Amino acid sequence: MNYIDEFRDKNTLLALNALIRKNIKEPINIMEICGGHTHSIMKYALCDLLPKEVNFIHGPGCPVCVMPRERIDIALKLAQQEDVIFCTLGDLLRIPGSKESLLDLRAKGADVRALYTPLEILQIAKENQNKKVIFFAIGFETTTPMSALLLEKVIEQGLENISIFSNHITVPAPIQAIMSDENVKIDAFLGPSHVSVITGYQIYESLVKNFHTPIAVSGFEPVDIMESVLNIILQKNAQKAEIYNQYSRVVSRNGNVKAQNLVEKYFKPCDFEFRGLGLIKNGGLELREEFANYDASKLYDCEVKSRGENKACICGQILRGLAKPYECKVFGKACTPKNPIGSCMVSGEGACAAYYKYAKGR
Amino acid sequence: MCLSIPSKILEIDEFNNALVDTLGVKRKVNLDLISEPLKQGDFVLIHVGVAMEKIDEEAALLSIKTYQEIVDKMQNGEIETHEGDMGLNELYR
Ligand code: SF4
Ligand code: SF4
Repeated sequence: MNYIDEFRDKNTLLALNALIRKNIKEPINIMEICGGHTHSIMKYALCDLLPKEVNFIHGPGCPVCVMPRERIDIALKLAQQEDVIFCTLGDLLRIPGSKESLLDLRAKGADVRALYTPLEILQIAKENQNKKVIFFAIGFETTTPMSALLLEKVIEQGLENISIFSNHITVPAPIQAIMSDENVKIDAFLGPSHVSVITGYQIYESLVKNFHTPIAVSGFEPVDIMESVLNIILQKNAQKAEIYNQYSRVVSRNGNVKAQNLVEKYFKPCDFEFRGLGLIKNGGLELREEFANYDASKLYDCEVKSRGENKACICGQILRGLAKPYECKVFGKACTPKNPIGSCMVSGEGACAAYYKYAKGR
Repeated sequence: MCLSIPSKILEIDEFNNALVDTLGVKRKVNLDLISEPLKQGDFVLIHVGVAMEKIDEEAALLSIKTYQEIVDKMQNGEIETHEGDMGLNELYR
């Protein structure tokens, strides 16, 4: 079977849209937590297909987007040390710190490497025994197990030249923070399926109850998103607020327990500063004390002076659903994916990047 | 950053690594996070080079079947379509 084609089928989308139009009674604000959803919504023009009553609000769901400049500055400091190989995943290389980005550092000769998988670090460390390898780890619950798996293998294999700079964050904490802000008007959420593949959909149970807001844990294909929107509207009409597991082909209530246990073994919750949202209690994950020998934030001096965010950039408001990318004065002018000012434009899945790529003229 | 796509397992080696096919692209992934037994032909969800979970084929087929029923109803006129919808035909080829 080919999963992808079926979940992009035109007739299915049109049929779901017809059902949505039939059932929608009043305007509804749906926050898609994850930028991956923003990207699909723009790419497949779902916002044009759907009736105008459906208003999508782009949430804080991208670890790249919510990374404050200070963390990038720390990364830059770590990467500049002698005999260090600094490794990370994808987009992070391009986020501007106070002065420069990791990519700029690399151009100047620093050994900064982009990985396909964190597990590549094992090989890099073995081949460079005289160097210290630092992994700049970021990501939501989806990615944390891979960092935990790396650490497990580092310990198993007795490698001593690897450390992790953890910037792992969690999804429920920032949602809790957003919902507690009175200015924010959100009627329902689209939850990222890949997070729940690991955590299960249970992570949203208290949010749904406390804020009486439906949430659909949704896949990223256009049909997945349309089905989730339909379900949310039906819930609203019935005055219900439940979790709808749209992605039952992979997501269960309890999730991947093996992965959760691995994370639990090596990481513990900590407070974390989110760009645009401020300090969020238990919003991040740090290495447990027992593993301080592998914790770059304990092994190296991480004191930095940061310049704060660029004043023109309104990412903070966008991440809370209070503004749309095109309302930013520098959007598409001084700030483009080639020359990004804020991380919402850097990240492939950032709201600004999605608008720039698919809806610049709108 | 963490978008993940279904991939098909082509073969599994003795180190619990698999060669998978992701939309025609072949690559090596690690299977350590999955506790269920996996075999050639299974679909898994991959993220940053590690398989996160097995995809339940039955559940996927069930969704597809449900959608097909909705589409059939629409084509029989049981669900009314909106005029504007059809303008988007070119978008969804
Ligand atoms: S990195 Fe991208 S895919 Fe992952 S949670 Fe963020 S926006 Fe979603
Ligand atoms: S367009 Fe650029 S500067 Fe403006 S909010 Fe988006 S990322 Fe920030």
